[in-house]
Amino acid sequence: MMIMVERAMSDIDERTVYELSSAGRGGNKLPAPDVPEAELPNDLLRDKIGLPELAEVDVVRHFVRLSQRNFGVDSGFYPLGSCTMKYNPKINEVCASLEGFAQTHPLQPDETVQGNLALMFDLQEWLKEIGGFAAVSLQPTAGAQGELTALLMMRAYFRDRGETCRTQVLIPDSAHGTNPASTTMAGFEALEIPSDKNGGLDVNALAAACDDSVAGLMLTNPNTLGLFERDIEEVVRRVHECGGLVYGDGANMNALAGVVRPGELGIDIMHYNLHKTFGTPHGGGGPGSGPLGASAKLAGYLPGPIVGRAKKDKDSGACFMLFSPEKTIGRMSSYLGSFGVFIRAYAYILQHGAEGLRENSLHAVLNANYLCMRLRGIYPLPYDRPCMHEFVLEGKVKGADVRAIDISKRLLDFGFHPPTTYFPLIVPEALMIEPTETESKQTLDAFAEAMATIAEEAAKRPDKLRSAPHTMPVGRLDEVRAARKLKLRESPRNFME
Amino acid sequence: MRYLPHTETERRLMLETLGLGRLEELAADIPEHVRFPDLELPAPVAEMALENHLRRLAAGNVNAGNHECFLGAGAYHHYIPAAVGYVIGRGEFFTSYTPYQAEASQGMLQAMFEYQSMICQLTGMDVTNASHYDGATALAEAVRMALNLTSRKRQRVIFSSAINPCYRSTVRTYLQGTEASLTGENASPGDMDSLVSLLDDEVAALVIQNPNFFGQFEDVADLADAVHDAGALLIVVADPIALGRFQSPGVYGADVVVAEGQPLGIPLSFGGPYLGIFATRREYVHHMPGRLVGETADENGRRGYVLTLAAREQHIRRARAASNICTNAGLMALAAATYLATLGESGVRQVAELCYHKSHYAAQRIATVPGLAVNPQLPERPFFKEFTVLLPRPVKEVNRILLEQFGIIGGFDLGAYYPSLERHMLIAVTETKTRAAIDRLADALAWATK
Repeated sequence: MMIMVERAMSDIDERTVYELSSAGRGGNKLPAPDVPEAELPNDLLRDKIGLPELAEVDVVRHFVRLSQRNFGVDSGFYPLGSCTMKYNPKINEVCASLEGFAQTHPLQPDETVQGNLALMFDLQEWLKEIGGFAAVSLQPTAGAQGELTALLMMRAYFRDRGETCRTQVLIPDSAHGTNPASTTMAGFEALEIPSDKNGGLDVNALAAACDDSVAGLMLTNPNTLGLFERDIEEVVRRVHECGGLVYGDGANMNALAGVVRPGELGIDIMHYNLHKTFGTPHGGGGPGSGPLGASAKLAGYLPGPIVGRAKKDKDSGACFMLFSPEKTIGRMSSYLGSFGVFIRAYAYILQHGAEGLRENSLHAVLNANYLCMRLRGIYPLPYDRPCMHEFVLEGKVKGADVRAIDISKRLLDFGFHPPTTYFPLIVPEALMIEPTETESKQTLDAFAEAMATIAEEAAKRPDKLRSAPHTMPVGRLDEVRAARKLKLRESPRNFME
Repeated sequence: MRYLPHTETERRLMLETLGLGRLEELAADIPEHVRFPDLELPAPVAEMALENHLRRLAAGNVNAGNHECFLGAGAYHHYIPAAVGYVIGRGEFFTSYTPYQAEASQGMLQAMFEYQSMICQLTGMDVTNASHYDGATALAEAVRMALNLTSRKRQRVIFSSAINPCYRSTVRTYLQGTEASLTGENASPGDMDSLVSLLDDEVAALVIQNPNFFGQFEDVADLADAVHDAGALLIVVADPIALGRFQSPGVYGADVVVAEGQPLGIPLSFGGPYLGIFATRREYVHHMPGRLVGETADENGRRGYVLTLAAREQHIRRARAASNICTNAGLMALAAATYLATLGESGVRQVAELCYHKSHYAAQRIATVPGLAVNPQLPERPFFKEFTVLLPRPVKEVNRILLEQFGIIGGFDLGAYYPSLERHMLIAVTETKTRAAIDRLADALAWATK
């Protein structure tokens, strides 16, 4: 019997809410009605729902145990490339949970939510200033939705100009998958542009593709190799000369905030990822927020409503109101976007100011270059030049039969979240590493040492990598089985009377 | 600044390692003439002052915490059990991201699996994805899926006018890049026959909201058969709280169920972040958008969870993906899972019944006020937690009096979206409203309209 005790807590499977359920547990969870009961329409009723029955203590312990099986930035170093997993100050959470924000209804009259509108107005103004754009709409609820919104705006813009022949959107082969996916959704055709040998966009290939069928170019800068497009001004000029627009994917803005305004590089429209650059947590896969900044010629097409400022109303004292830009493409979400995320981004910008934003960006670049320098002799670095906020290695060790996934899984045993693995697609066995500015030299050194140890292990005991992780609640999981024997839900019939 | 952990010495050592002297040299790739702009931003504010400043801004809002709120129209003031905030505040969840590394993300993956399981039960559907941004975008994706399923051969979608107008306008924006069009919005609310008469072989889907935007249950008898006979899909926008006591759309033949998940433990928060619920039938699983969590095992046979069927998604299929969605609303789905587990079978049912009883009590009280009429222009159908009231004065004026003299946030001004419903107020009554608060609302309406 004592043998069981040797199993660590984390070794025990956490049962599901259905397995933990006991019929009848919990009892009445709400007060009885204090009004006369109305007659229920019998023909519309259901009998059972099929939800579990747990006491509050069961629920809390269950989810706390689940949280202990989850790795967040608050748990440790999380260098997931292109995702900017930086530490987010806790004061932002205090601010976002203030009742005066959290309990406001999105359809309240403007004069009753002047605090919210003032915050949104300032955030719009600050993002305009940081990005170098004429106008900002906060409405898009994630980066990918910002992309789609911008493409729909470009579409409307060309329609108004009678240039419906522009059906193609140029996308570098290093781009995030959301770029081509958004392009299709917006009714355009994606045309891939190759990268050159230095990891930048191949300007000749771009020039060859630029004609009057091009609506625009989607450009992530720094690109997903972590490299700043040195030819950016020529790239923009080429696209503009053929009548196209340049869309900036702001996923990698954490290298640039306070350092350069994308609008001044000639970018016509760009989304910001508030959840990456502006200090808001990622919530296990969202919520995000993807506001759009637009140049003067596109500003009128932004999705509304957005916040404007007028003279103080004599009666109510209100001066902020919602309005829709004159040629707006319309609404992109139920209400005003991810307001809770706006509060955190607002608090972040206000804590740092212009100089702080620049310092943060430069430290993100410092950390990436330092870590790259420490790792470059150990793993192949396909594009050998100074990087911005992230860099991409090949997850290969000379003479060892291991893959990037093995290195990533082994990193978990050292207490680190792995880098983005197998992306960008143009680097074989890619390991994309974004340390962010909030990590100390000690952390970076410890990570570099772990990577060095793993490279040694790969040469001597490759099976140790191939069978990793060894310290997680589960071993390497069978993804093929998950897809073949699809089980996407618990079957409560097994657990309920 | 304490946000950055670097000491002066460390910074110097790191720069030296790179052969650099100053931080600014790291920006050498950026064209010099635009490098380091002078940004006009406010001077940095320390944490204490920041909190005070945000408190002042928050205090500039009227809110449902310090006022009785009868405004709904798609976002509702429901009670949130304390356990929900506690669970989603756990840093391990809150500060993680999409669980690409399954072995280090079993907590979030299992929670999403449980979310999917419970939403399937609520909606009566076979599969649920791990969330969309909100109700409107979940609907837009459902419509896109229906259009794609017919290989774009069917280009029309029938929309009831009793669907949330903000949702309809979002769908219209989403479809701007397609040839598809919406029809049916001229039919009067609740007129299912008119919608059914529009079905033909060019229709990809028929969409209803149930209970509809005005709070009424639609007559869905035989609806699914008619839709399916025409070769189209039935998409239903549901209210997750109503599903605690009333028929699931799965029972009456829906093919896709979408909903705003905000009522399931998510604060009003001025409209977001919210939760888009998307559930469908098993046969559409390979065509559906969004992340899916599936159960599997490790090499020792130990149970675990992973993201699955990624071949539908943008990071694999790129231009041919089912959707561009990447970041979704994972934390909000966790809130919903915690809410559903905390209240459970009996609690969710109780919330639904309380909403029903209290809104009916409110409707009866208001109907006795001289000069007011409840649901005057709607068919005689049962309603759930919302109803309309025809006022003798503009809704805006009445709401101003409710707020200024009674501290009440009044209902939604339907005239803003439905010209024929000028002076109609949509009132929402949830389980958070006491009898005394409802009586006060009725008295306040009497005062404001006499």
